[in-house]
Amino acid sequence: MQDTSTIGDKYEEDYELLSADLPDWTSDFRNEAMLAFKQIGLPIHRKGNEKWKYTNARPIAEPQYSLAKFEEIGLDTIKNVAPWNDSWVNVVFVNGLCQGIFTSDTASNIQVFNIASDELPPNIAKLVGGIVDYSDDGFAAWNSAFMSDGSVINVPDGDNSGTVINMIFFNQGLARTVNHPRVLVNSGKKSNINVIENYVGGGDNHTLTNSVSEIYVGESATVNHYRLMSETDHTYDVGYGRVKIDTDGKFNSRAFFRGCGIGRYDLNVLVDGENASCDLQGLYFTSGNQHMDNFINIDHSKPHCQSNLFYKGILDGNSRAVFGGTVLVRKEAQKTDSIQSDKNLILSPKAEVDSKPALFIYADDVKCAHGATAGNIDADTVFYMRSRGVDLETASRLIIYGFAGEVIDKVEIEELRSYLEKAFLTSLPNHRFEF
Amino acid sequence: MADQKVISRQTGVEDSQYKWGFEFDIESDVAPKGLSEDIVRFISAKKKEPEWLLEWRLKAFQHWTNQGDEAAPKWAQVKFEEIDFQDIIYYAAPKSSDDAPKSLDEVDPELLEAFDKLGIPLEEQKKLSGVAVDAVLDSVSVATTYQDMLEKAGVIFCPISEAVQKYPELVQKYLGSVVPYSDNFYATLNSAVFSDGSFCYVPPGVRCPIELMTYFRINEADSGQFERTLIVADEGSYVSYLEGCTAPMRKSHQLHAAVVELVALKDAEIKYSTLQNWYPGDKNGEGGVFNFVTKRGAARGENSKISWTQVETGSAITWKYPSVILQGDNSVGEFYSVALVNNYQQADTGTKMIHVGKNTKSTIIAKGISAGKAENTYRGQVSILPGADNARNFTQCDSLLIGDECGAHTVPYIEVRNPTAQMGHEATTSKVNDDQLFYLQQRGIDLEESNYMIINGFCRGIFKELPFEFAMEASQLLRVSLEGTVG
Amino acid sequence: MSKIDKLIEVKDLRVSVEDTEILKGINLNIGEGEVHAIMGPNGSGKSTLANVIAGRPGYTVTGGDIVYKGESLLEVDPEIRARAGIFLAFQYPVELPGVRTWQFLKSAIDAVRKENGKDELSVREFDQLLEEKRKLVEMDPDLVKRSVNEGFSGGEKKRNEILQLALLDPSLALLDETDSGLDIDALRIVSHGVNIFKGPEKSVLIVTHYQRILDYITPDYVHVLVDGRIVRSGDSKLALELEEKGYEWVRGSIGEEVNS
Repeated sequence: MQDTSTIGDKYEEDYELLSADLPDWTSDFRNEAMLAFKQIGLPIHRKGNEKWKYTNARPIAEPQYSLAKFEEIGLDTIKNVAPWNDSWVNVVFVNGLCQGIFTSDTASNIQVFNIASDELPPNIAKLVGGIVDYSDDGFAAWNSAFMSDGSVINVPDGDNSGTVINMIFFNQGLARTVNHPRVLVNSGKKSNINVIENYVGGGDNHTLTNSVSEIYVGESATVNHYRLMSETDHTYDVGYGRVKIDTDGKFNSRAFFRGCGIGRYDLNVLVDGENASCDLQGLYFTSGNQHMDNFINIDHSKPHCQSNLFYKGILDGNSRAVFGGTVLVRKEAQKTDSIQSDKNLILSPKAEVDSKPALFIYADDVKCAHGATAGNIDADTVFYMRSRGVDLETASRLIIYGFAGEVIDKVEIEELRSYLEKAFLTSLPNHRFEF
Repeated sequence: MADQKVISRQTGVEDSQYKWGFEFDIESDVAPKGLSEDIVRFISAKKKEPEWLLEWRLKAFQHWTNQGDEAAPKWAQVKFEEIDFQDIIYYAAPKSSDDAPKSLDEVDPELLEAFDKLGIPLEEQKKLSGVAVDAVLDSVSVATTYQDMLEKAGVIFCPISEAVQKYPELVQKYLGSVVPYSDNFYATLNSAVFSDGSFCYVPPGVRCPIELMTYFRINEADSGQFERTLIVADEGSYVSYLEGCTAPMRKSHQLHAAVVELVALKDAEIKYSTLQNWYPGDKNGEGGVFNFVTKRGAARGENSKISWTQVETGSAITWKYPSVILQGDNSVGEFYSVALVNNYQQADTGTKMIHVGKNTKSTIIAKGISAGKAENTYRGQVSILPGADNARNFTQCDSLLIGDECGAHTVPYIEVRNPTAQMGHEATTSKVNDDQLFYLQQRGIDLEESNYMIINGFCRGIFKELPFEFAMEASQLLRVSLEGTVG
Repeated sequence: MSKIDKLIEVKDLRVSVEDTEILKGINLNIGEGEVHAIMGPNGSGKSTLANVIAGRPGYTVTGGDIVYKGESLLEVDPEIRARAGIFLAFQYPVELPGVRTWQFLKSAIDAVRKENGKDELSVREFDQLLEEKRKLVEMDPDLVKRSVNEGFSGGEKKRNEILQLALLDPSLALLDETDSGLDIDALRIVSHGVNIFKGPEKSVLIVTHYQRILDYITPDYVHVLVDGRIVRSGDSKLALELEEKGYEWVRGSIGEEVNS
């Protein structure tokens, strides 16, 4: 059995090599994180570990990874696998390292920096790691220690241009490599921005993408966040997202997972200002031997806030999907209005879904509800359609499309929506519900 | 206030909300503190047990020792100081039990009087009508009523220690068959040191003519109570079983680690109801019972049914998950629960429904009420295994908060491995609705009574699952537990 | 016994909800045996007036007073007002899941009786009374066995309100838009209930948007409430005039001398 405490030691040498190339301001931050990583290791022991109850991190933790190397990729290749619009601010990463920023939009006031660089203004540099707590999370500590390339997006106060920042993390699938993308979004007061984080690629070899994103939603600002993942059955992807919403701010998240060997998305939204709100929606489709674990948490600490959590899954083959989520309403967060739901459609007798949507409530004047469903669809629905002359195959397809469409339809960016429609709906299997 | 007639166990002895808090003055036969192989042997010898049972106990004790204290479950949403298992008395019996009473006439009159005080009269002329009672004081069963009637029907209902002597083959066949000795930390402890409890066997085709009841009472200070209950409903039989519990007020905590096993064979039905009113500790969280209980039923046969109904108002800490393993095709599992916590009480309670057989169906309805500085967690697991074609589950959990210093938590675990399953979980958390309160007040009903009426209404769906007398008593318990929570 | 000419006095009453002033100085006297109607457009504050008299939480009285039977009501809990004879028929009767109607009605009537020094009713006495009143409002006997208002139709809920009015027999009935959402038969039944209740010692305040209900219950006085103020008062003819000319007519006349 592998001892947790030795995992960090395996990466000591890489760490020393990497450190030589990085700016001084990052060294204290990274040294601390490296120490923590070595201490904590990775969550390979699950007994009593409610956070990793249904996902075995051992296959992810076991290989000895080397740091992924950059290799330039033609933009055409990228445009083939990811939604793209020249007028967006497109930031392309290959194997976790930045290739460049591509845009026809010259008027934008939004600043985009590479994270571990000297050009990063100090007032923004100090936000790095501000809402990441890696004290009990080895993956986040590992990312922090190896933070090199990544995007910092700074949206000035009042910029409500609705600019789309399209970050594409293309993974070439080089055997046993790890990359640690890092994203920081700082949205100013009354600003409005769309951020896409798109993780694509992979190959027939095991790779690990271990990302950390931090998003600060400013006073009265709106951030629409899209997270896409479409990789291969051999990739491991661990994503760690932290969001803090200020007074009257809005955070809307749409997450789409369409493939990955073992995937984990740990999102924690701190609703930290009065009248702030978040709307988190997700769609996951798993097939083959894939495993997807969404761990979505909302933390209400101020009064008069709303949150909506709505995740849906379609499971096929031998795949397994896990949903874990907690809505925490602290004592101060009176008048919270929160709804949480996870719905799953299981298409195969070998698929498994494990759902644990929890509520932890410490304030009395609240309205909180959650629901979860799993399994087959309602026989009456199919019967109703058939009684109108629709055959079983068609009825089944309409139901599955409708199930997925409910989340996709809410995507407001047109190119993105049509990309998702194509990517998801064409990959849904032909299925016939049996009764 | 509406005048409710209740078969009351109110004794009014103490000037306190906890009306069951007096202690009996009965000399008891007490083992020295602490747990060792000798203590296990001592208990077994006291009970004049056969060799196989002693061996089973020793295996459990060995397992418990090997795994160490770290094996105590930590995932529950409850906080308490570590228990010193060497500071507990594992066996305490009223003196008279050494030469066990053959009939009620031989039962210590003081003991009878004591149970009378609790509202559980055991004497023939006073006994509760239509309910056969097995009274368990500390670790020992002291009396069982209505024996004749049960015997005529062929129903065995007696202390488990007596069953070990009289029906060893039945006990040996089913003991540990639902909750093995290695199941969990507290169940393992219970397997090593259990002292008494009830045994019930309903033969094929028999509908048990009356309700069976066990009344548990912890009396001895510093004693733990480790009873073990085993109910077997043979093919086509039916039994309804009730369980009530109280304990005196003590400054220190008392440990109650019971195990209940139910077995329902083909076409059999067991209905198990609990009113748990162990001493909850005082307003400052001092004292109270640690109620760490493993309850599980195996719906083993086709078309069998197991139904748990619990009203939990007592205990400083409650940790229990009455569960059903739905093994037989078309078997049914139900869990109906009201858990109310006040002051510093903590409850982490819920159920497990494990669907194994085809066309199995489970229903979970849980109502939680939190007041004072208390914490209340519903924790429930629904597992639908690959072979459980067309399994159905419906879960509804609702929580009410009274005041802003308490917590209400809902933690479902949903595990589905069959595409033909249909399972749905719904939960809500809110406070008592202001409009409802005003409506009642506008009709002249005072705030406290209005609050009680609304909460009683909130729980009504559960109470109606209880036998009538128990439902009235549950309502009454709710009222007492809610006193002083508003205004 | 002589008639009390000021059963309730509303004096320069000012009421706010979350910093917005809804009632801006209301003066209104209702004497024993009188039927008053308050009419006004949506949002004028008429429901607020009825609810504040009954003591509904959520309203802040920022000025003035409400005096009932010679004593100020402002600091009095709602159930005490109810026991003292103030009854509010709710615009939206509240559903009470799990609370049996029978139990609820018995608790309410016993609370009121106890306050007045009377004994609680026996089950038999109460059942007789309930049956008598239930027939009066033509309510389905099954509804009494169900949870209060849960799953009742709009008309059934309003009839349940009038049933409670008949049972509790208060001194002052506040009818908050009791006519809204009722078909003509239900309106007839509800009005019949109120007319039976009426009497020399009983006072009624009808809050309504439409003149319709006043065809069935004739008011002695009609007041028009616009934007938190009574802008016009008169006898029952005022209601007809209002029906004909619309609220714009009185709105235009704000600032005119108001005869009250």
